[in-house]
Amino acid sequence: MTHTRKSDLSIILRQRAPLLTVIIIFLLFYVFYNANHPRGFSTAVYIQNSNEVFALVMVAMAQTVPVLLGGLDLSVGAVMTLVNTLASHLLSGSPTEIVFGFIICLLTGALCGFVNGCVVVFGRIQPIIATLATGAVFMGLALFLRPTPGGDVDGDLAWVMTNDLYEIAATYGFFENGDAAWFQQVSWIPVPAILLVIVAVGVWLPFARSVTGRTVYAVGSGESAAYMSGLPIDRAKIAAFTLGGFFAGIGGLYLTLQTSSGNADIPQAGAYTLNSIAAVVIGGTSLLGGVGSAIGSIFGALVLRTISFNFRIFDIDPLLQPLFEGVVLLGAVSIGALSVLRIKNTLELFR
Amino acid sequence: MTREGQVDSGIRRPANTAHMSLTGITKRYGGVTALENVNFSCDLGSIHAVLGENGAGKSTLIKIMSGVVTPDEGVMMLNGKEVSFSGPSAANDAGIVCIFQELSLLPDLTVADNIMIADPPRRFGLIDRKAQNRRAQELLSRIGCEDVNPLNRVRDLPLSRRQMVEIAKALAKDPTVLILDEATSALTASDVDRVFEILRKLRDDGISILSISHRMHEIEAVADMCSVFRNGRNVETFRQGTRTAEEIVQMMIGREISAHFPPKPEKDLAATDVIPPVLRVKDYSWENTLREIDLSVRKGEIVGLGGLDGQGQKELLLGLFGVLKNTSGSVEINGEKVRIRSPRDAKRAGIDIALVPEDRKTEGLMLPMSISDNLAIASLDRVSNGFHLDQVALDKTVGEAIRRMQIKIGDAKDPVSTLSGGNQQKVVIAKWLMTEPKIILLNDPTRGIDVGTKQEIYLLLRELAREGAAIVLYSTDYEELIGCCDRVAVMYDGQIVRELEGDEITEHNIISSALNIEEAAQ
Repeated sequence: MTHTRKSDLSIILRQRAPLLTVIIIFLLFYVFYNANHPRGFSTAVYIQNSNEVFALVMVAMAQTVPVLLGGLDLSVGAVMTLVNTLASHLLSGSPTEIVFGFIICLLTGALCGFVNGCVVVFGRIQPIIATLATGAVFMGLALFLRPTPGGDVDGDLAWVMTNDLYEIAATYGFFENGDAAWFQQVSWIPVPAILLVIVAVGVWLPFARSVTGRTVYAVGSGESAAYMSGLPIDRAKIAAFTLGGFFAGIGGLYLTLQTSSGNADIPQAGAYTLNSIAAVVIGGTSLLGGVGSAIGSIFGALVLRTISFNFRIFDIDPLLQPLFEGVVLLGAVSIGALSVLRIKNTLELFR
Repeated sequence: MTREGQVDSGIRRPANTAHMSLTGITKRYGGVTALENVNFSCDLGSIHAVLGENGAGKSTLIKIMSGVVTPDEGVMMLNGKEVSFSGPSAANDAGIVCIFQELSLLPDLTVADNIMIADPPRRFGLIDRKAQNRRAQELLSRIGCEDVNPLNRVRDLPLSRRQMVEIAKALAKDPTVLILDEATSALTASDVDRVFEILRKLRDDGISILSISHRMHEIEAVADMCSVFRNGRNVETFRQGTRTAEEIVQMMIGREISAHFPPKPEKDLAATDVIPPVLRVKDYSWENTLREIDLSVRKGEIVGLGGLDGQGQKELLLGLFGVLKNTSGSVEINGEKVRIRSPRDAKRAGIDIALVPEDRKTEGLMLPMSISDNLAIASLDRVSNGFHLDQVALDKTVGEAIRRMQIKIGDAKDPVSTLSGGNQQKVVIAKWLMTEPKIILLNDPTRGIDVGTKQEIYLLLRELAREGAAIVLYSTDYEELIGCCDRVAVMYDGQIVRELEGDEITEHNIISSALNIEEAAQ
């Protein structure tokens, strides 16, 4: 090996710079928030915050995969809402029924994404317009399932999924009802945080390291070169949208547990979709495709939500919040645009 | 002067050593025959060079061999078995790997990702990054590129390193037939030597290597066999060293003249030395693509840019049109030094440059917009008072342009995409003529259009020159340069290696300067 570990490290750090930047921004905002919160750095605050961010984090991860291909998915909010309304019918009854309900909800999310992928691949339609159309269809289905807000969700389940680990143990009687000495160390961790780690490490990282995942990056980086390298392009596109639908479905499921109801709320779906795009960009993923990761988008979503947390505890006019979020978004995009300065043939700006 | 009688003569080798052979291969694109009844074979453990001028059929040959296009007729044999490929990956699976001229690397992925892209090492179904980096490192060391870190993104590498990564990527597929399409053109001299060493080693390992190259001294350095292509035929295959450079040039030339050109004006030598040039370029360089170009063009003159494709001709035109940043050297127009920073600058009064770009579909036209809008788009300031567009004046000038260029249209409000290729090209040219340019740059304006329209364009160019325009014409077609131009500057590796004038403009002279044979002889 001629390369020292040090040069390897500096290359990796340089390539991860956008991710590290967004993590640092998040930590700054969040520590600042807690330091100024009357009950800052407490389990109660962590639980509340993680509940507020989880659905957006999932939708942002969902958006990342099509964006890596070089497309946009305008249906992520609608898929989340559709699964939300479906789950508000299914997450009650016997434990077996609830487990089946979970599975059906997750499959529905993935199926919505699969449909998107098929329309894009076989219909040869641009993702942005294909998902605008399918998103409207999914919203229609959601309205059909829940014309008015409501639903029936198992109370214990909703309680434990939106609390810390201690409540799981206490509710279902694990680990001496959560009082085991070793369990005290981890019992404060909010359940959504655990779920997030499971999804990121158990689903996203393996996908990014599979040949299909690699192909998604390759298509976003240069589709014709990817084709000429003999990569499975169509399969990767369908897989990307399917995975996006799956993530959005998890977001919808969680929203159901958090609100104990289903609501086919059209403005809310739209807001989630637009925020997901903002989160993806803040997280360092290029809208042209090929560069970025869902991990960045997680922190992008966290940054967006932490801004609103800060507005809550300070006496600032809440009307300024969109302005501030916009400035952060502009800043994030500008960093990504710096490479344009290096271009020597100005025609390449348009390719 | 045809030499068709010599087709495939000179092949003297036992039939059983042919590793891959093509028999009676024909390929047509529309009405154009790219390859006609070609017989070609490459031997196990030999390096076979393929030569020919632009459009001789070399690219089609390797596209067929590497599965990118399927031949219309003929048989392809590999190891004595007939094969046909559904796509590039099928050819890869059969052991045929091609390094294309246009890089096939994915800029956003790392070097290791790119090298191992076809079949990355996996553990439990997932890509094993450590093993992948190790393997990439091995391949890079094998070609002497230890300085490239496999963790780097390809985007961050200089062009010459990218080309080496491309070679490592090809080796990762364990080829038995390796095809190089001008793979050395972007490399530095020391890299070229290293690549040759690798090629010799691969040959000794029993790999068949097919190399398309324009550099005679490189062919002399590594090739065992040579084939010369012309007009879609394999003119001759011979053992390297049995023919002189001069004989090879003779094999490459000899196309039948198929177009008629307007007569060139008699040159008044006494007068031309007095007339100052309209456009004068001195010491003009850009990145590694243009090197100290000196060129001047006078009023009423058509100057051709010749040479093999990709020697900097396009970049020279783009640079003059203000598209390239950080050019060095000077550009003078009518004796005055100018800086042209953008196409908008180039159009300005006092500079008055027009460029008919290479790709009319992306750089020349707004395809969904109407014929009339496309024609007027470069000269809108002439029919507006700064804000309001004078539609009547616009329609009038557009009508004049359509009449002058004899563009065959249904209605001027139809989208320009409804026109034939030849008429689209006329729209591009007419659009620039409407700006009344003094200097007209043309980047291969007759590529892919019918003979009739070509003829009209030749006439038009001569007429424009007579009216006082200074014209620079880059063409990949030598016949066109010979027929149209008063002078031809032949480019090689970013430099003008020779300027031909008057009777010197012959196919023989253009080709031998394009191959830079003088340099090879050194």
